[in-house]
Amino acid sequence: MLKIKNLESGYGKLRVLRRVTMHVAQGEIVTIIGANGAGKTTLLSTISGLLKPSAGEIAFDKQDISSTPAEKVVFLGCSLVPEGRQVFSSMTVKENLVLGAYVHYRRNKRDRVKTGIEKVYGLFPILKEREKQLAGTLSGGEQQMLAIGRALMAEPRLIMMDEPSMGLAPLIVKNIFSIIVKLREEGNTVLLVEQNAKAALGIADRGYVLETGRIILQGTAEDLLLNKDVQRAYLGRDLDTETTL
Amino acid sequence: MYWEPEAETMEREELEQLQLERLEATLNRVHMNVPFYRRKFDALGIDTDDIRSIGDIRKLPFTTKNDLRENYPYGLFAVPLREVVRIHASSGTTGMSTVVGYTKNDIKTWANLVARVLTAGGITKDDVIQIAFGYGLFTGGFGIHYGAERVGASVIPISSGNTARQIKIMQDFKTTALICTPSYALLIADTIMEMGISVNSLSLKYGLFGAEPWSEAMRKEIQDKLKIVATDNYGLSEVIGPGVAGECLERNGLHINEDNFLVEIINPETLEPVPPGETGELVITTLTKEAFPVIRFRTRDLTRLISSPCPCGRKLMRMHRVMGRTDDMLIIKGVNVFPSQIEHVLFDIEGTEPHYQIIVDRKGAMDDVTVKVEVSEPIFFDEMKKQNELMDLIKRRLASELGIGVNVKLVEKKSIERSEGKAKRVIDLRKI
Repeated sequence: MLKIKNLESGYGKLRVLRRVTMHVAQGEIVTIIGANGAGKTTLLSTISGLLKPSAGEIAFDKQDISSTPAEKVVFLGCSLVPEGRQVFSSMTVKENLVLGAYVHYRRNKRDRVKTGIEKVYGLFPILKEREKQLAGTLSGGEQQMLAIGRALMAEPRLIMMDEPSMGLAPLIVKNIFSIIVKLREEGNTVLLVEQNAKAALGIADRGYVLETGRIILQGTAEDLLLNKDVQRAYLGRDLDTETTL
Repeated sequence: MYWEPEAETMEREELEQLQLERLEATLNRVHMNVPFYRRKFDALGIDTDDIRSIGDIRKLPFTTKNDLRENYPYGLFAVPLREVVRIHASSGTTGMSTVVGYTKNDIKTWANLVARVLTAGGITKDDVIQIAFGYGLFTGGFGIHYGAERVGASVIPISSGNTARQIKIMQDFKTTALICTPSYALLIADTIMEMGISVNSLSLKYGLFGAEPWSEAMRKEIQDKLKIVATDNYGLSEVIGPGVAGECLERNGLHINEDNFLVEIINPETLEPVPPGETGELVITTLTKEAFPVIRFRTRDLTRLISSPCPCGRKLMRMHRVMGRTDDMLIIKGVNVFPSQIEHVLFDIEGTEPHYQIIVDRKGAMDDVTVKVEVSEPIFFDEMKKQNELMDLIKRRLASELGIGVNVKLVEKKSIERSEGKAKRVIDLRKI
């Protein structure tokens, strides 16, 4: 579904992604794990068209999108749930969702907006309860649900999420992640960027480890969980202490 | 029957994407973790970031057995030793041994790849597998063992040697599959006949043979004598051990586990890639190994790639059975001679046994080759005339196959030393 070859990207003269090759197949949850500054957000921003790559290929459903502007990428069926939710705080929950359905509005399929909202409310009942509340008054977890719901309104075939667990209490993280699994069960494809490697690998099919703009490891989530580098660097296990015990 | 249908029947385009992802990640890791590769790349001015396609691999230097020896024992490991859960060493038939390591994930990967090869060769969980490869530092025994357990078969880790005991266990334990070198399979077959045991009383169905080059004629003989389906498989400890490639029941080339190993065929002299489908030296880059990745390892094995589709449905490319080695290639009177060519000729001649030895010596300045061939008993005791006729026939055939004249010596059956491991076919007495 998504195929990336030798992608290079960054900000101005700063080259963040050195050479990234990866893919996401239909129906998969694929996670990109890596430390702060590894280039995870840059990768998602580049795929979604917010940044223009300096080299490399991005193909979405065999169509080259490496120089497609962000709004067109959404039209093609690839939506981003940005880092830090980025909900419109001074608008209501419902208004936020309606904005997510901009593609339907443009295509004169306004009935799809209504069914979309119903669907999101089905997935996150709490959002229905808060329908008329301003998004800024929601808790962090609720805002994350709203951000996911907003992305779903465009009925994407690939949904990309940037650090959905950030700043959330463990119980909420668990909740959010179980929703990601549910999304996949409903036939969605998910590309998940996470610092919380353990949680991400717990639900993903496959994963890539990004380090200073390069992929150093790739494999099934199961294999990555067994890898000692991953354990040391991202799962917080101190192997040196363990071996001296 | 496939072990990992998704990987074994993957479309080429998808496979190439996966290979590139894995190649780039491997290069990033070896550059970071193995000083040997980093120094070598830096010295040649190679930026691994510039490797952007499978074909770009040609920009990278080769790794040879000698590099492995010079970094004995752990110099090429890409992970600290505490992450290594297994250490093997090459059999070291020619010179100092080389040491390889495996992480937990490597062992898992290895078992899976061997399971693919076993499944392709007809093995299922219902089989009773007698592993007559040496256990120990040699990767053959343990490599097959873990794969066979992964398949769920009943494994008899008998190891090599003690042929009479092998046969007794084969009878008593109702072994359905035999795993060993092809030359040992023949020795077992001959011993079974000598002991007066009927092959029909055995439960054997399949044989998977590897670790040394063999021929189509030898396969036929093993299949006829043991009444089994015999398949060839390929691997080498420097790369992983068994599990690199294996034949399916079509028995027409070995499917390479290309999602784990990137292969190239080069001309061993010019080091340039040969045209598609032509014979040359096999070069392998590992794509998933953690502890001991190798970049463009020169195997010294001669083969060619078969890219036509296989009726079994696997999309993994096949390699022709190994035709010989670049380093046991004999240069006799300036002519390249492979022991396998001689073997091929002998198999086609009535009255000879598949046991032979090639003795190369130098008389004055001239190379002198003697091929010792065992003959079947009936001919040996007959009159001289028949012996001479046979000798002449072999000489003529060898001369036309090799392009050089060789001496032929007929010897009694069983007079050439039998090997329980790799057969020693060539004795080179020349002092250069």
